[in-house]
Amino acid sequence: MRPRPKRTKSPKSAAVRAEGLQRRFNGTTAVENLDLEIAAGEIYGFLGPNGAGKSTTVRMLCTLLAPTAGRATVAGFDVATDPGSVRLRIGAALQDVALDPKQTGTELLRLQGLLYGLPSRALDKRVEQLGELIDLGDALNRRIATYSGGMRRRLDLAAALVHNPEILFLDEPTTGLDPVSRARVWAEVRRLNQQLGMTIFLTTQYLEEADELAHRVGIIDRGRMVAEGKPVDLKRAVGADVIIARVEGQGAAVAPTLHAIPGVRNVEAHGSELVITTDNGPAALSPVAVALAGCEVPVRELTLRTPTLDDVFLDLTGTRIEHDDNEEDAA
Amino acid sequence: MSTVTIAIPIADEVVRAQPAGFLRDLGSIAGRALRAVPRDVEAVMPPVFIALFFFVVNIATLERLTQNIRGFDYTAFQMATAILLGVTGVSRAGAVVLDVQDKYFDRLLLTPVRRTAILIGHMAADVAVAAALTVPIITLGIILGVRFAGGPIGVLVFMALASLWSLAFAGFGYAIALKTGNPAAVNSSFLLFFPFLFLTSSYVPRSQLSGWLKTVAGFNPVTYILDGLRSLVLTDGWQWGELGKAVVAIGVVGVVSMALCFAALRGRTRRG
Repeated sequence: MRPRPKRTKSPKSAAVRAEGLQRRFNGTTAVENLDLEIAAGEIYGFLGPNGAGKSTTVRMLCTLLAPTAGRATVAGFDVATDPGSVRLRIGAALQDVALDPKQTGTELLRLQGLLYGLPSRALDKRVEQLGELIDLGDALNRRIATYSGGMRRRLDLAAALVHNPEILFLDEPTTGLDPVSRARVWAEVRRLNQQLGMTIFLTTQYLEEADELAHRVGIIDRGRMVAEGKPVDLKRAVGADVIIARVEGQGAAVAPTLHAIPGVRNVEAHGSELVITTDNGPAALSPVAVALAGCEVPVRELTLRTPTLDDVFLDLTGTRIEHDDNEEDAA
Repeated sequence: MSTVTIAIPIADEVVRAQPAGFLRDLGSIAGRALRAVPRDVEAVMPPVFIALFFFVVNIATLERLTQNIRGFDYTAFQMATAILLGVTGVSRAGAVVLDVQDKYFDRLLLTPVRRTAILIGHMAADVAVAAALTVPIITLGIILGVRFAGGPIGVLVFMALASLWSLAFAGFGYAIALKTGNPAAVNSSFLLFFPFLFLTSSYVPRSQLSGWLKTVAGFNPVTYILDGLRSLVLTDGWQWGELGKAVVAIGVVGVVSMALCFAALRGRTRRG
């Protein structure tokens, strides 16, 4: 008989905890000294550009990839020393849908259920429930090879939910989806969290997605966590307001002048775009316009808005997140 | 555009995962592999046609060469070669590569399924398929006059030896599939087929081989498997010595190929 796995309950019942997690590939560090603590029932958004280390982190937490250094527990079990116990408690929809095109949807869900040890009677009912959940109708009895991209994504999500996992990992679940489908996935994520209390670890390169869904956000860039907190707190740290000035020519020359305006916290120049953070946007808008005119810089556009997570990312890394939307429209 | 209407199954009875047990894991994986066979029939049928083709052609072209051997039944002799032609290289290794490429292998690895059950489940399906593939070849042999001294049990032993050999050889395909994740590399495992099946007594008895080929055939495990299979159709009774050598030969190849494929499985699951 197998010894009962030892469950290490972290303080505040952390669903996911990582300490100094690291992964190297042939001398390249993909994830470096990552610390995480995600409470049970939380939606955690893991935000970063392509190649930042998001998927590598997910693969380590899902036991698909062994960490090079550091330690992580998921649902209280160590991913390296007790992966079997972790797998029983997690579900995952990875960045690429992971389906067998030669099976039917029903066969795939049934096989998932069998491998998760669901009793046969419960399995039939569960497949029926999931069929309703993803609304594939009769298509569930067709081979997956005939499904559209959107149908595959939904089946992939259902496959991750067969066993009602405690923790759900969603690796860029909306990449390539149209806005309507994206909104539906958001609604689904909220519902899983609110109605089933599922902890959700969501990676995304869409700032509005993290802003919309996540209770807390971690921002990763080049394998390192650069900021973590509630979206509202992260945005507040940037400043109360952001003024975006698009000028003709390079903006860098006028940045020092703008920085000298009272109330301006920071000025970043990116080509012809100037990002001015300030505690009081309406009050600073006129002085900014006057200063730009004084420097004889033609202004093409002047916008006042509240900060976004994109501004947070820009403030922390000096670059904006570029979306990879080249995938097929999966709707 | 289709809609996602979601009614979360909140559960009066919420199902939860639990370890399924090795046998259930094995049965689930083997069941999936077997369901895929009729959908992937193009991967299974060519070896049978090739085996049947060469069975008939080899008898027609080579039978005369052995007519000087008194009482020698070349049809029975060739049936063993035909069987090995039919079952050698029959495996789901190509399907495993597709699983790796389609990321479905990751989906399997995300579940609590025992990693060894993934491989052994596929292999169990392979044994069943190989056993099924022997049926048309044996049937043709019987139609052509081949008789099994051991009767129906002899037929079953014949099928079992052929299927176990198929499994032993399949290990190389799985090893390549898991090591490389590359379908072309898996297809190239077919190259192993040639030294195994042609540097041996495939076409004429070992006593008729000469020079270096006779020496090489002595080291080739397939020689002993052919001898074991032929002992069931060319002699009047059970030749335990020949059968024992065949089992040992299959075992030696199997130990090597299984060691390689389970090492490849460990490597793939470790590197993710």
